Amino acid sequence: MLIIMAMPVAAQEAPENLPALAPASEQQPLQQNVNPELIQIGLSTNRVEITADFDGADLTIFGSVENLDPLVSRQGRYDVVVVLEGPPREVVVRRKDRVLGMWINMASETFVNVPTSYSVATTRMPQDITDANSYKRLSLGADNLHIEPIDREGNPVTIEEFRQALRDRKAAAGLFNMRVGGVEFLSQSLFRASLPLSPSVPVGTHKARAFLFKNGVFISESSDYLTIVKAGFEQTIYRFSNNHGFAYGLLATLLAVLTGWLGRLVFRRD
Amino acid sequence: MGIYLPIAEMSVNLFVLLAMGATVGFLSGMFGVGGGFLITPLLIFYNIPPAIAVATGANQVVASSFSGALSHMKKGTLDFKLGTILLAGGVVGSTVGIYVFTLLRAVGQLDLFISLLYVVLLGIVGGLMLVESVRAMRRARDGAVPTLKKSGQHNWIHRLPLKMRFRTSKLFVSVIPVIAIGAGIGFLSSIMGVGGGFIMVPALIYLLKVPTNVVIGTSLFQIIFVSAYTTIVHATTNFTVDIVLAFALMLGGVAGAQYGAKAGQRLRGEQLRALLALLVLAVAIRLGFDLFVRPQSIYSLATPGY
Repeated sequence: MLIIMAMPVAAQEAPENLPALAPASEQQPLQQNVNPELIQIGLSTNRVEITADFDGADLTIFGSVENLDPLVSRQGRYDVVVVLEGPPREVVVRRKDRVLGMWINMASETFVNVPTSYSVATTRMPQDITDANSYKRLSLGADNLHIEPIDREGNPVTIEEFRQALRDRKAAAGLFNMRVGGVEFLSQSLFRASLPLSPSVPVGTHKARAFLFKNGVFISESSDYLTIVKAGFEQTIYRFSNNHGFAYGLLATLLAVLTGWLGRLVFRRD
Repeated sequence: MGIYLPIAEMSVNLFVLLAMGATVGFLSGMFGVGGGFLITPLLIFYNIPPAIAVATGANQVVASSFSGALSHMKKGTLDFKLGTILLAGGVVGSTVGIYVFTLLRAVGQLDLFISLLYVVLLGIVGGLMLVESVRAMRRARDGAVPTLKKSGQHNWIHRLPLKMRFRTSKLFVSVIPVIAIGAGIGFLSSIMGVGGGFIMVPALIYLLKVPTNVVIGTSLFQIIFVSAYTTIVHATTNFTVDIVLAFALMLGGVAGAQYGAKAGQRLRGEQLRALLALLVLAVAIRLGFDLFVRPQSIYSLATPGY
């Protein structure tokens, strides 16, 4: 299996670039720092190429936490959740129903801006990191993703049914996944996240986001972008087929004629 | 060894594709059909999206039918005039077919329509062929002389106007049924990703009474052009031709076809037809089974515009 490494970028962000959400550590006022903790991830490569023999890969992202409280760190009360979100697309979910004994596509629901893939890696079981409300507020995790139907006036029960079906199908295709324990602290402040890229990972710009939790409270977030492209040959074919359909069709036909002719020359048995 | 298909956007096993192409090529060389009716369902069973399976199947058929037509051209068993008129109809039918294909894809009923067409057509053709070949085998066992073609017997087709003479086929017949058969095959070709040989061959033999030795070469000749046309139009309108997938299938296919043709010469005609009939029926039953059995998930996802 191919492993794509992404190394940390030196702390380029000045502290004033902190996320708007300030640390809410009222539960343990004693541990309040002057400088709040800051999570950082960086990708050394912002481009991953899919080659002809691609059959899935592990994406490794390194990151660090700054200004951490050594006491909290020793107690293992810092948690990190890393998410890799694929480019958003419109998705039609269709349901088959039985008509005259046959299973035929009948009802459908269209959703907009659905991430094509959604991988999550966490330090621990998600329920041990923070509570459900927190996840909901951050739209974190496949179940909390905001999946908006194109027709907002539709029956909410039906929409919810199709939304759940969308998550199920994405999970079945390996596009929505979660790796508990996929994030490991290598030292007090350095962590490593490993996320699976499925063989059918969509091309386009993927967004990597890291969330830092301290004692179950969300502290800070950092993000970076990763572009997944088809490698040279595959990309050329894909682009050519989409931009010059007619010429591509002609080429495919010529290739077939040539193969047919050569095949007869090489393998003829009469 | 995995190979990434740039248009289907998935990774598949190269050896499975080569074996698939070789098997179908062997059978198509043996029975004198393009093999599209086998390759497209096989690709669908292998989880290639039906839209891509159909368009790529058509591309693969170009290679196998060209290879086959070459040998018939050499033997002089190819009626160019008849083939050209069939082709004129074929282009019209194919254009209509592509339009219907795009429409069905947009409303999400393409997969169903493809499966239904396969089940119905393969079921009918396979069934008729099986009955016919079993009868022929019985007659052969009883020692009777096989009489497939009764000369002098004319049906309603021979009373239509606009008659034309086809020298190679020793035929004097109206162009209307010729164009109609061509159009029908063209339509099926673009929707099913087949060359249509398995329908064209019986249609030419039983409806137009074309001599059997000319039928296969002529049918292959028109299939080359109709499937080439279908490939180009699918590539232009639907972007569903996967050249890498097609090439892997062709490589296996052209090799298999030449060996298959040799193997076919050792079998008697009616045995060959009976075997082909069983094969056709098996594909029909397998596809029909999928329609009636509850799918693993009743939900499916699609990206509009793709």
